[in-house]
Amino acid sequence: MRANAGRSRWSTTRRGALFGGLCLCCLPTLGRSAEGFDLQEVSPGIFIRRGPDAEATPENHDAIANIGFIVGDRSVLVTESGGSLADGAWLRAEIRKRTDKPISHVVLTHVHPDHCFGAAAFAEDKPVYVGHHALRAALDARGDYYRGRLAEILGADRAGSVVYPTLEVADGAEVDLGGRILRFTAHGAAHTTCDLSMRDSASGVLFPADLLFVTRIPSLDGSLVGWLKEADRLRAMGATQAVPGHGPRLVDLAPALDDLTRYLTTLRDETRKAIAADVPIEKAVQTVGQSERDRWVLFDTYNGRNVTQAFKELEWE
Amino acid sequence: MTRSAKPVLVRSVLAALTLAPPLATAGSVLCPIMAHAAGASDDEAERLARWKEIQKSIFGDRQIAATDSLVKVDAPVRAMDAALVPITLTMPEKDRIAGVHLVIDDNPSPYAAHIAFGPGADAGEIKLRVRVNNYTNIHAVVETKDGQLFETTKFVKASGGCSAPMGMSDEEAMKGMGDMKLKFAEAQPGRPVEATLMIRHPNFSGMQMNQITRDYTPARYINKVAITRGDQTILTLDGDISIASNPVINFGLQPEGRGPIKVVATDNQNGRWEHSFAAPSATN
Repeated sequence: MRANAGRSRWSTTRRGALFGGLCLCCLPTLGRSAEGFDLQEVSPGIFIRRGPDAEATPENHDAIANIGFIVGDRSVLVTESGGSLADGAWLRAEIRKRTDKPISHVVLTHVHPDHCFGAAAFAEDKPVYVGHHALRAALDARGDYYRGRLAEILGADRAGSVVYPTLEVADGAEVDLGGRILRFTAHGAAHTTCDLSMRDSASGVLFPADLLFVTRIPSLDGSLVGWLKEADRLRAMGATQAVPGHGPRLVDLAPALDDLTRYLTTLRDETRKAIAADVPIEKAVQTVGQSERDRWVLFDTYNGRNVTQAFKELEWE
Repeated sequence: MTRSAKPVLVRSVLAALTLAPPLATAGSVLCPIMAHAAGASDDEAERLARWKEIQKSIFGDRQIAATDSLVKVDAPVRAMDAALVPITLTMPEKDRIAGVHLVIDDNPSPYAAHIAFGPGADAGEIKLRVRVNNYTNIHAVVETKDGQLFETTKFVKASGGCSAPMGMSDEEAMKGMGDMKLKFAEAQPGRPVEATLMIRHPNFSGMQMNQITRDYTPARYINKVAITRGDQTILTLDGDISIASNPVINFGLQPEGRGPIKVVATDNQNGRWEHSFAAPSATN
């Protein structure tokens, strides 16, 4: 891969670089007018910033995921670190405006850069970084690649760096913040191969991270069949409300999961049908899932790629 | 793209090429071009100069005429997944065609594939899935049975396809290596049959990082696929790291062939897999 500095014709904004199910090209204005993107307290002690349904741009610092923090009696847990060092630093400053309690935990919900590249902004707090047991390997495989792409868009100083989990969750784990316990679940291959969800004991709110997309089209980077299985698992957890990885800050879990599974099921069934009918992949990317087109922001950016991933997974069934 | 990656990448690709007998002659000539690739430019004139350089290394001094009619390349203008870019090569005057070369100019190893058609093939169409590492011209060069060369080109926007990580461990990526499927579209009597060959193989490009060792997974890719029916050759494909993982090849089959279809695939690390498939016959 060639170095790209100074190559103005291939300016990062025009390259449309797709990686890891996260396209870093730019549709910067979509979804912005709908709602402000500041931090709001969605439940006592739970503060969430809504990420816009957009791609990473130099202007938005890759601050596109729903990130925030939970305050316990003793300490603070960061639910998602942010999409860049700049985004993480912003979150840290916002926390400090609201509480002096120590930041004891930073959750790295999965390998995608819009969720874990803010982690280094919390280094001075020496938090426990909580991640799926497969996150380290995924970061090893992709971290440098992501960092390079993010640096192309934001500049190296704002991009952030790879931070490994220090608490690697094999199946489940608990973190006690004082007065509330966060219970973690390490999921099988779904959105990615290292998805971690958590549930807050005080509010009952579920944090499925990118296992749940709302308004923004889900991006498939793990296993389609697996994701549908893990969606059922989330449904069975008994929570009524959730903070999705993308979309509104707090949603009713059941209807949001219904929308997600409707898209994933459509993707699965129509891809299987295309494979069975010998529809080639280059046609399938144009036809599969089109009934979902008006239901999701960034559909045209991601659906074809999702079909490609689904096709690859399902054609060997 | 990563600070220290480039020398490693070039080295592994070089190592890979010298291990590929079918493309080794081209590969050894292509080495200087690969160094050049790291700093290639996007200006029209330089793209042309680069193609001329590649052309000379593969075809020597043979003349190549431009054509609109003998071969056509279909590819998405902007790839959705740079590690899986579907390419369709159409050759309407199929009875004149002996083979086709596919070159992805700005890939680290540009000479992606050569397909030689035998009497058992219908040479009207070939489909492949390739990796595209950069904004690039893709060239298709057909060779006619009387030894003439004709080329056409298509510009594709994609990046990172060769170095994109697999999203799974090497072990997992290698699971079932060598497994194959051969599917046939519904046959109509007397008409060529469209066949799809799928081969399980990671086709490691040598530019992907191993998750455990944090070193680059050595290139391991299918370098030859021979498809025959009885004593009749259907086609032979020489491949390289630009072919996407789990290679899928669509091709046409002459309807009058008899007996099962045999596929022998080899990779650059002495892997060899052979499978036999029942095929639709003319009497169906």
